[in-house]
Amino acid sequence: MEEMRIVFAGFGGQGLLFAGKVVAYAGLIEDREVSWLPSYGPEMRGGTANCSVTLSDEPIGSPLIMDPNNLIAMNQPSLLKFENEVTPGGRIFVDTSLVNRLPERTDVEVYALEATNMAEEAELKGLANIVLVGKMLKETSFCAPETIEAAIRKAVPARKAALIEKNLKALKLGMEA
Amino acid sequence: MAEKVLMKGNEAIAESAIRAGCRFFFGYPITPQTELAAYMAKRMPKENGTYLQAESEIAAINMVYGAASAGARVMTSSSSPGISLKSEGVSYIAGSDLPCLIINIERGGPGLGSIQPSQSDYWQATRALGHGDFQMVVYAPSTVQEMADLTYGAFDVADKYRTPVMILGDGMLGQMMEPVALPEPRTSLPEKPWATTGHKNERTKNITNSLYLDAELLEKSNRERYERYDVIKATEQRSEQVDCDDADIVVVAFGASSRIARSAVRAAREQGIKAGLFRPITLWPFPVDALKQTVGKAKAYLSVEMNMGQMVDDVRLVVEGNAPVEFYGRVGGVIPTPAEVLEKIRQINEGLGE
Repeated sequence: MEEMRIVFAGFGGQGLLFAGKVVAYAGLIEDREVSWLPSYGPEMRGGTANCSVTLSDEPIGSPLIMDPNNLIAMNQPSLLKFENEVTPGGRIFVDTSLVNRLPERTDVEVYALEATNMAEEAELKGLANIVLVGKMLKETSFCAPETIEAAIRKAVPARKAALIEKNLKALKLGMEA
Repeated sequence: MAEKVLMKGNEAIAESAIRAGCRFFFGYPITPQTELAAYMAKRMPKENGTYLQAESEIAAINMVYGAASAGARVMTSSSSPGISLKSEGVSYIAGSDLPCLIINIERGGPGLGSIQPSQSDYWQATRALGHGDFQMVVYAPSTVQEMADLTYGAFDVADKYRTPVMILGDGMLGQMMEPVALPEPRTSLPEKPWATTGHKNERTKNITNSLYLDAELLEKSNRERYERYDVIKATEQRSEQVDCDDADIVVVAFGASSRIARSAVRAAREQGIKAGLFRPITLWPFPVDALKQTVGKAKAYLSVEMNMGQMVDDVRLVVEGNAPVEFYGRVGGVIPTPAEVLEKIRQINEGLGE
């Protein structure tokens, strides 16, 4: 299967680390090699909290992704920072509710959707992250649909189990977008 | 096998230590090992264990000294600058022949340095962390699974040889999540007849001590310790080899940088360059015996480290001038890329024809 090297980037609080965890769990469930690495340095204070997630069939070298083939960008600084790192032929998923400039690259696939507005209209405030994961799943089929559902059930902590259904709805919203 | 879960390296160390029977953790907060202490704070009380955030690193290591004297499985964790503060206590623990586990999730240095990953404490860890003649077993995991497994086994090694043991990780390994299968909880622990638990007039008293005013006695104590080190060197060396058998170029790397080196070696092979990876798992004792087997076969060595060149000394001591030993490193928290390492391998390979 295609190696997925995904950078999730945006503001702290947008659930990027969680979205990355959902994708990582999907890889774990399908018995692939998986790594998840958050940024923990001062850049966290500069508007680009991010994490790197790799799903592969080979042992993973560096978990720090310098050449993503997928980018989920949830704010302007993140798009600016990571746009040029995406490998040619890669994909950029942009939340255009929060980014008013589309990627300038022409050698990558750009998927623009108003994920934050879509989530809010569906009463799923704060779940734009999972809407974008749903969109990425639709465009890449990086795992089976039932796997991502199981991954959400694993990634949502037990004390927040009430949020599982909302996450599943957000996922569906993204997959149908 | 146990079901795999996703865990950060820091958390896997903490959970594995608890499963190894560790019930005392003393520490002081520092990035990037934070999750380790946080996990302990949450879990230890549920296991009737003690988590204590001390007033300083120096206090924490001396609490470890005390708990180790009393025979408990005990650990502390920190990151580079905090480990330096603990060095005096570690020397006392080594001088008193006590077992304990010390975790160093390295960050860039010297001084306060950075909070990004680094391997620049190799010399500190392997050449004696503190004053006096002593060494300690140092493990260098390269995956979250290995962080769990080596932590679990480290307590046994510490008890067996009555020595402090270190797990040398870095900010990348500590922060990253990977699938991990955790070991089964220990149901029994080794007896420690030397522990200072109160003699109750039933046995001769046990004493924890590192002070010998009689020169001959201190020499004897040092010599006895080094006899134990000889046994450790003979039996505890660990390493992994990938494609070293027919390798012209043996890349030597440990921990986080070995992951990058592994990718580079794979890419080199795809280009027809005969490269192999030699990965020390114990940094002390350095896996001299296994590396020696490549000497005479390999035409060149390349040590890849996240420092200015430290382990390369140990590689040169083994190679003994039989082949050139080169070095590639990045520092300050910069993680080398596989492409950079591959380029260095290509350069060395081109030089081989000359």
